Amino acid sequence: MSAPYAPAVLALADDALIYAQRLGEWISRAPQIEEDMALGNIGLDLLGRARSLYTWLGTVDGTDRSEDDYAYWRDEREFRHVHLVEQPRGDFADEMIRLLLVASLDVERYAALAAATSPVDETLAGIAGKALNESRYHRDHARLWVVRLGDGTEESHARMTAALERVAPYVSELFTDTVADQEAVLAGVGVYPSSLRESVLGYVGAVLTEATLDPLPEPSWHARDGRIGVHSEACGYLLAEMQHLARSHPGATW
Amino acid sequence: MSDWPLWEVFVRAKRGLSHTHVGSLHAPDAALALHNARDLYTRRQEGVSIWVVPAGAITASSPEERDPLFEPAADKVYRHPTFYDVPEDVEYL
Repeated sequence: MSAPYAPAVLALADDALIYAQRLGEWISRAPQIEEDMALGNIGLDLLGRARSLYTWLGTVDGTDRSEDDYAYWRDEREFRHVHLVEQPRGDFADEMIRLLLVASLDVERYAALAAATSPVDETLAGIAGKALNESRYHRDHARLWVVRLGDGTEESHARMTAALERVAPYVSELFTDTVADQEAVLAGVGVYPSSLRESVLGYVGAVLTEATLDPLPEPSWHARDGRIGVHSEACGYLLAEMQHLARSHPGATW
Repeated sequence: MSDWPLWEVFVRAKRGLSHTHVGSLHAPDAALALHNARDLYTRRQEGVSIWVVPAGAITASSPEERDPLFEPAADKVYRHPTFYDVPEDVEYL
């Protein structure tokens, strides 16, 4: 039996896994060892979330796949994450605005998922509830940094402003509704990403104001179609690094 | 950012116990010090409450003063409550 909302959950899981991989790259590259730990911890939260969601998916989408099957044995076109999370690690300012966006979206969509699934799917509701708590902390961490960098020195303000320019084209895709979202909504357990736009961007906008930064600029182009498996150049490199060990040594354990 | 100030971290393991010094860390200000402390010192459910204190705000006794400060207490055994007969039924005194 396949749950009608499984495809929408796959998108959530892929967002979490791919962003976990990017956040892990910060270990030894953050401004201080304390921040290495903070970003590593956030990445591990997301990885744990992805593992739980993949395990759940394997039991409901009729394929009986393991979490490793989802992470290591799918090719690029089968991944359903947004372009934002696969982009290469940039400046620390870029990462903080990306984390603020992703965590703000996660707070809203996992709150909605927890509420919608609690009467019908205890496992999924449990995963969503845990994710909600984690994401509130992630969002707060990003908020503290965006405010300090925006309202910090001339240099940090300029770098935050440049980061906003670079992240802007990836924002609208976060709120694009897909067929998978529609199936989940019709099944009574989903939420349209477009319906979260106002609250997510409202929160982000308030943080930018507090940080004395301008609002997110209107971009000249928009990333799209990550949710149907069309990804940017960065995705292939990321997957190659993430998957090569499992593919070079199938069945390896440690 | 090597000039971030040092903070001392105190964690309370559970309600009813007092905060115990667990270590120190660098952070640009108090709010981020609290975040860093959460990530560094309570990763394994070590605590339910965290204090962070600027290391510079702590006035510490110096090792050279050890004798004048602590030696006088050594021969005052009457300060320990050991001169009472404890009734048999009082188990947890």
